Amino acid sequence: MAKITYIEHNGAEHTLEVKSGLSVMEGAVKNNVPGIDADCGGACACATCHVYVDDAWLDKTGEKTAMEESMLDFAENVQPNSRLSCQIKVSDALDGLVVRMPESQH
Amino acid sequence: MEKNDAGVMIVGAGHAGGTAAALLRQFGYAGPITLVGEEPLAPYQRPPLSKAWLKGETDAESLALKPDSFYEEAGVALLKGEHVTAIDRTARRIVLASGATRPYDILILATGARARRLALPGADLDGVLVLRSAADAEALKARLGPGKRLAVIGGGYIGLEAAASARALGAQAVVLEREPRLLARVAGQTLSDFFTAYHRARGVDVRLGVQIEGFVGEGEVRGVRLAGGEIVPCDAALVGVGAIPNSELAEAAGLDCDNGVVVDLEARTSDPAIFAIGDVTRRPLPHYGRVARLESVANALEQARQAASAITGRPAPAPEVTWNWSDQYDLKYQIAGLPFEADAVVTRGDPATGRFALFHMAGEVIQAVEAVNAPAEFMGGRQLIAQRRPVSRARLADPSVSMKEVAA
Repeated sequence: MAKITYIEHNGAEHTLEVKSGLSVMEGAVKNNVPGIDADCGGACACATCHVYVDDAWLDKTGEKTAMEESMLDFAENVQPNSRLSCQIKVSDALDGLVVRMPESQH
Repeated sequence: MEKNDAGVMIVGAGHAGGTAAALLRQFGYAGPITLVGEEPLAPYQRPPLSKAWLKGETDAESLALKPDSFYEEAGVALLKGEHVTAIDRTARRIVLASGATRPYDILILATGARARRLALPGADLDGVLVLRSAADAEALKARLGPGKRLAVIGGGYIGLEAAASARALGAQAVVLEREPRLLARVAGQTLSDFFTAYHRARGVDVRLGVQIEGFVGEGEVRGVRLAGGEIVPCDAALVGVGAIPNSELAEAAGLDCDNGVVVDLEARTSDPAIFAIGDVTRRPLPHYGRVARLESVANALEQARQAASAITGRPAPAPEVTWNWSDQYDLKYQIAGLPFEADAVVTRGDPATGRFALFHMAGEVIQAVEAVNAPAEFMGGRQLIAQRRPVSRARLADPSVSMKEVAA
């Protein structure tokens, strides 16, 4: 279990308890948090679950795969701390994680 | 939009309908929402049914679009296992199989499509299956396992994904395709050849240009009979030969239909109080100046966004380039766009490496891209399709020029 804070582009914050084993994307989508569309449901096929990981958490969220890197390359408004949230697995180590959302996923 | 008391009624609790309900709440719609579905389950994702779920890599809970608790918390009345028999447009209400009626101010039809079945002898035997719903998938999975034999009728996405998943479960698989190549309806020759070779190398018996005459067995299917009399033995036969839009309700209600419910870019039907979204619709494709009926999650979600935006008075979302994906073995296959008026195919990368992309060109404009384990080509291609911008075929064909540079 980890407490994760999702911050929408407009500043609205959603802090949720997310079960270990789920992805950061699933934590948002299952709780109907706006701003993470995740059209492909977590297959790393669409890049519509783009988030910015708070710098303090970058190391703990792990490495990007080549697949994720390539998908992100073409997402809008990519930054060095951009990730696809379907590729970040939630664990106790991510308790307190903060992610921000881009203006749009499309 | 004026606020009434009947609210939004969504008929069809699949990916499109479930997403529309959730988005209406995200977009601030405060009126009543009712979601009516025929299945005994809350909305769930169908794509994994032939992929990760079938292989046992994901469970029912993760298939669900939202947890069951969501509907009560969000004030969405979810009516499961209910069949809608009619729409009364004058009185603005729907009729349920029980005869009960429910009013609406806005109706969203998200009735989807159903698997086409074959009217052949033996088609009603146990073990002759289609794959559309979670119940279908349960029935298929129960018949797969080491030593079991799956016969797939139809070499489309569903059939090929099921064959790949069957192999992962230790079952044998044969794919019986009427056309001389796999994916004949949706992909070009290069890709058909690639998938044929890939499946054969993994033990799938791919048989092209074969005609099915029926299914044999006593009570249970034991084989598929081909023209000429040969029997292909099997423990399960999966029929994956396309889908038919569930547009009967709309047709009976007098809405404009043409192989699907005709909608505009707000997903609105010929009745301004009725929207339609997902597989059941025939919709404009602004990038191509055409209309088409699409069967994909991406389409369902785009139209759910269009309808929810229109209903809540938000600006219409920018039109998307249609896309889809398929997972088979270690392949991630992603496609974007549609190859209308394509006069040439540019190949980038070598299919023999299992990592390549095919760009369908109309002159210098990319109409569609098919990418195998080539996410940059898919993403870059999708962007270029949306921009309708001429690109150099030579640069596109040259893998030493990155997709970033091609798209720049």
